[in-house]
Amino acid sequence: MDEQQDISTYLPDLGFALTSIVLGILASIFLYWILNFLVNRLPRRAASALQPYAFIAPVLALVGGFLVWPTVQTMYLSFTTTSQDTGEQTFVGFDNFASLFGDPDFITTLSNNLLWILVVPLTTVVLGLLIANVSNNVGPLREKVAKSIIFLPMAISFVAGSTMWRFLYNYEAGNTQIGLLNAIVTSLGGNPVPWLQVTNFKLNDLLLMVIVVWLNTGFSMVLLSAAIKAVPEETVEAASIDGASGRQIFFRIVLPQIRATAVSVFITVLIAVMKIFDVVYAMTGGNYETNVLGVAFIKNYFEFGDTGKASAIVVLLMIAIIPIMIYQVRSYRKQEELR
Amino acid sequence: MSRSMTFATAVRKFRLGSTLVLLALMVLWSLPTLGLLVTAFRSKDEAYTSGWWTALASPFTQAWTLDPFSQALNAYGLVPSFIATAAVAIPATILPIMFAAFAAFGFTFLNFKGREFWFSIIIGLMVVPMQAALVPVLQLFVGFDSWLGDLQFNSPELFRWVPFWDENYPWHITGEYPAGWIVHSAFAMPLAVYILRNYMMTLPTALIEAARVDGASYYQIFWRLVIPMSIPALASFAIFQFLWVWNDYLVAFVFVGNHPVLTYTLLSMLGQYSQGWQIVAAGSLFTLIVPVVVFFGLQRYFVRGLTSGSVK
Repeated sequence: MDEQQDISTYLPDLGFALTSIVLGILASIFLYWILNFLVNRLPRRAASALQPYAFIAPVLALVGGFLVWPTVQTMYLSFTTTSQDTGEQTFVGFDNFASLFGDPDFITTLSNNLLWILVVPLTTVVLGLLIANVSNNVGPLREKVAKSIIFLPMAISFVAGSTMWRFLYNYEAGNTQIGLLNAIVTSLGGNPVPWLQVTNFKLNDLLLMVIVVWLNTGFSMVLLSAAIKAVPEETVEAASIDGASGRQIFFRIVLPQIRATAVSVFITVLIAVMKIFDVVYAMTGGNYETNVLGVAFIKNYFEFGDTGKASAIVVLLMIAIIPIMIYQVRSYRKQEELR
Repeated sequence: MSRSMTFATAVRKFRLGSTLVLLALMVLWSLPTLGLLVTAFRSKDEAYTSGWWTALASPFTQAWTLDPFSQALNAYGLVPSFIATAAVAIPATILPIMFAAFAAFGFTFLNFKGREFWFSIIIGLMVVPMQAALVPVLQLFVGFDSWLGDLQFNSPELFRWVPFWDENYPWHITGEYPAGWIVHSAFAMPLAVYILRNYMMTLPTALIEAARVDGASYYQIFWRLVIPMSIPALASFAIFQFLWVWNDYLVAFVFVGNHPVLTYTLLSMLGQYSQGWQIVAAGSLFTLIVPVVVFFGLQRYFVRGLTSGSVK
């Protein structure tokens, strides 16, 4: 791919993009205008009954058509197999699930996901809490600089983040090491290690998790820091007058008051980690026993053309997410009662 | 005695311990970014014969160069990828916000049967992974394309009057920008509605009722009253969604395949790293320009949005 391109070759693309942007937005505005116009034409009673739907119906249609219905379809597909030649679907019951669980590689994939779930959300919350707490002590300038640096990875794509970590994890067979970790190892007299291929103690998996912790800690820190700052001064002062130590104040006074935020950060990261895809895909492609459900899904669908198995993988993921969904809806209900 | 006391006080005042912990974390956090930043400005020979940290140790004897950038830009089509990414990201930010704002308005200010029920469903959908819907949505687009393709082939007279329609390049949606907009909008919708509704709940209802009494329609109230008052929430969600779409790989890879976006191009560069790490680094840096500028320029809104969304 070695074509010296003139800027004029991009212009049609740019023109098409701009036209579609404008058309798309105008069409959407018009949709709402016409809905409201039509509703207001109706007799008064019908109009007031239908008025809310002029506002919410497009979203219900979009979410129903492109989120809910496809999800139901996926559940159905997980019980079928699709012929690659004719595209014909045959109902096969639990065959896809049985063949997944009969495959030792898939068991590794599942246990990898479990490890991600156990390690990443908790580490992210604890590190975020640590940074939020420490940076709360050092004055505004140092706090601002530190937070900006730790928050920055939030703006970085998983793919670019993975590229960056290559400069730490890189392995060369020869003497010159251009990855920081191996340079340290060799300068201490050791042999260079192909980090991403080391499966002992799940080391390569853990190194991938480091990347995701690095990307997410900023988010955790910002939310927890805001929560810590919102803790009423009097509660801390009272404890301090009563002779509580710094540690006691943190664990007995501050922590209970920011629990709700910590839980919501934990859940957000947990969900992100359950469907983790980009980092593993970019770093190892799921090889060297680092595969996860998100990558297995894409590989089964796009590389092996196995729609049924790919769907079964997603169904397993959804089953794992259902408890979180119930928790979310419940805590929303509770919160509404307090309003 | 008293001198050591003041020294101890000074140390405590300076918060040495906390500062050192923070400093260590900052260095750790910057290492990957530094590696990328340094390598992107080195020649291939240097990038392969010495570690990037050696360039930091002797910055003045280092031969800094912009070659990796010109190589990355010329050989890998990063500029068209940049346009493609913007063409996906801008509408995929504006459209979901608009749709979500209308819905949030409905859920906040209008009473109707089943309001709680529909909204609970929206809340539940926030956690559904996009992989759940991906295959059927793709099949839906492909099916639509084959229907539309047949229609254009069998009755071209229906389309001839449309400017720019060319029967050799029939219309289709799979692999094109609108497919990405629709999918991104649908997946962003639950969170967007939730955040905007939470914000609108804090607006004074009395104001809206007063406008109703004065004879304003809900449509007018939405545009003239609620939207201007909701700018902070709209802005913070816009930043969030824009960064998300700009950095997305999965949706772009599956649905916008005809226009390689930056993450896609970067990943294919990563697959050919024998061309040189310095080129991959320069390419990565190029993909980061927009998100980092947006992020630092609008960080305050972004943080405000994050904290208002999750801290109760």
